[in-house]
Amino acid sequence: MSNLVIAEHDNQNLKASTLNAISAASKIGGDIEVLVVGSNCQAVAQAAAAVAGVAKVRVADNAAYAHQLAENTAQLVAALAPAYTHLLAPATPAGKNLMPRVAALLDVNQLTDIMAVVSADTFKRPIYAGNAIATVQSSDKIKVMSVRITAFDPAATGGNAAIEAVNEVFTADKTKFIGEEVAKSDRPELTSAKIVVSGGRGVGSADNFKIIYALADKLNAAVGASRAAVDAGFVPNDMQVGQTGKVVAPEVYIAIGISGAIQHLAGMKDSKVIVAINKDPEAPIFQVADYGLVADLFAAVPEMTGKL
Amino acid sequence: MKILVAVKRVIDYSVKVRVKADNSNVDLTNVKMSLNPFCEIAVEEALRLREAGKATEIVVVSIGAKAAQDQIRTALAMGADRGIFIDAGDTELNSLGIAKLLAKVVQDEQPGLVILGKQAIDSDNNQTGQMLAALCGYPQATFASKVVVDGDTATVTREVDGGLQTLQLTLPAVVTADLRLNEPRYVKLPDIMKAKKKPLAVTTPADMCVNVANSITLVRVDAPAERSAGIKVESVDALIDALKNKAKVI
Repeated sequence: MSNLVIAEHDNQNLKASTLNAISAASKIGGDIEVLVVGSNCQAVAQAAAAVAGVAKVRVADNAAYAHQLAENTAQLVAALAPAYTHLLAPATPAGKNLMPRVAALLDVNQLTDIMAVVSADTFKRPIYAGNAIATVQSSDKIKVMSVRITAFDPAATGGNAAIEAVNEVFTADKTKFIGEEVAKSDRPELTSAKIVVSGGRGVGSADNFKIIYALADKLNAAVGASRAAVDAGFVPNDMQVGQTGKVVAPEVYIAIGISGAIQHLAGMKDSKVIVAINKDPEAPIFQVADYGLVADLFAAVPEMTGKL
Repeated sequence: MKILVAVKRVIDYSVKVRVKADNSNVDLTNVKMSLNPFCEIAVEEALRLREAGKATEIVVVSIGAKAAQDQIRTALAMGADRGIFIDAGDTELNSLGIAKLLAKVVQDEQPGLVILGKQAIDSDNNQTGQMLAALCGYPQATFASKVVVDGDTATVTREVDGGLQTLQLTLPAVVTADLRLNEPRYVKLPDIMKAKKKPLAVTTPADMCVNVANSITLVRVDAPAERSAGIKVESVDALIDALKNKAKVI
């Protein structure tokens, strides 16, 4: 068996999600190689080479790959694929954009969001927003999959893999990159933070969210939100935790003013410790919370921030 | 320009799914079925492009058992012009098989733009649009939150990790709809009556000469591990104490 993990990065830093995908590859067994596709991305290749268990890093460093567009990246991955039995990428927007395109070019199916490796050809994955877990077996010659990052511990550092250049260049002639608006934040990233503080509809307004931020900053936590809070315009949509947003599994998840709709629970129920603060004692969130506090959040949250 | 929209019949989003006692699959007996929410958004976007004068015809395609025609009718009631139903009977199709069938429809219909939902809420695969784009050699823009068609290009804003990305695609292209692309309209009763008279062509994978062989076997389906409710604490002090001293997480 031989695995190729597609690195997720911004041409400067290797994203932590890649470490979870490498960890999934180690459960499959066999060699693990990492592919870095980008432009001026040698620092990423070096970071990948330092991950324990990685045998080789292949780096396609060319201006054509600067924005890692699915069209030409998929062509490159498909061209390299015959040397491997398994292709893996994190199940993030980038990985989900890329891997089905790779699979179709190879005339194989794809497995999305694998959360456990049963054997080299059998995997578990969530369906129906995590309300059921499917065990699926693939007979494809090359298994192409995306990896649910919260389901695998990140691979450790301590490796010293060789770095090899890949010289094939494909261009994406029908797709032009126009621009990107990336929210800048000093807080930890939502999907990799140890503590997440989330606010829901009960927070009431964008301005009121400052009490959520204050508690988060005290705990060095990331800030999330329920879909209701996003739809109401309190916070931008990349903060949404849930089936249609981000899936998180931190050490502690603090849900504030969140009722606990199924769609939200699907995004956070694998957190180690769940805390709920809500004034409604019947809120469904209390059915999954390890510690529940029935209280007015406008009193309880500032009090908690003050006492920590 | 013609727009092709692919739609899927799925369990209604408000229904809680249950796993069958023999763990062979989830139980869909007597469960309410609907148009997949992301597909509904895809249909709405096509309608808005037509209303803005960017499109002239909207064709809706669905693949599945006979009942899937209901969802084509829903899309026609929303305002699409005609339907294509690919009758796959009870055959379980994977995304690749679906994408191959859609690629054949694209070849026959030659749409300028194909819009799909980003994923179906049953299988949660998030694959078909990307696979279709690959098979057709078309550019793709997944997770779209804004689509602007101008001449032979579509400028699409995409929801990516940490923000938004904007791409310009040369048409024909494939776009997949994310949640915030639009809010679909409600269907009015007269439109449902009118939709019954709109053309709906029926074909089969065999008629289309498309091989939809399945390479993925569903071994079993389990209910997820249940989380049990913990304890209620009386005060903020008790909560901080529990997190610090019992759970030892802060």
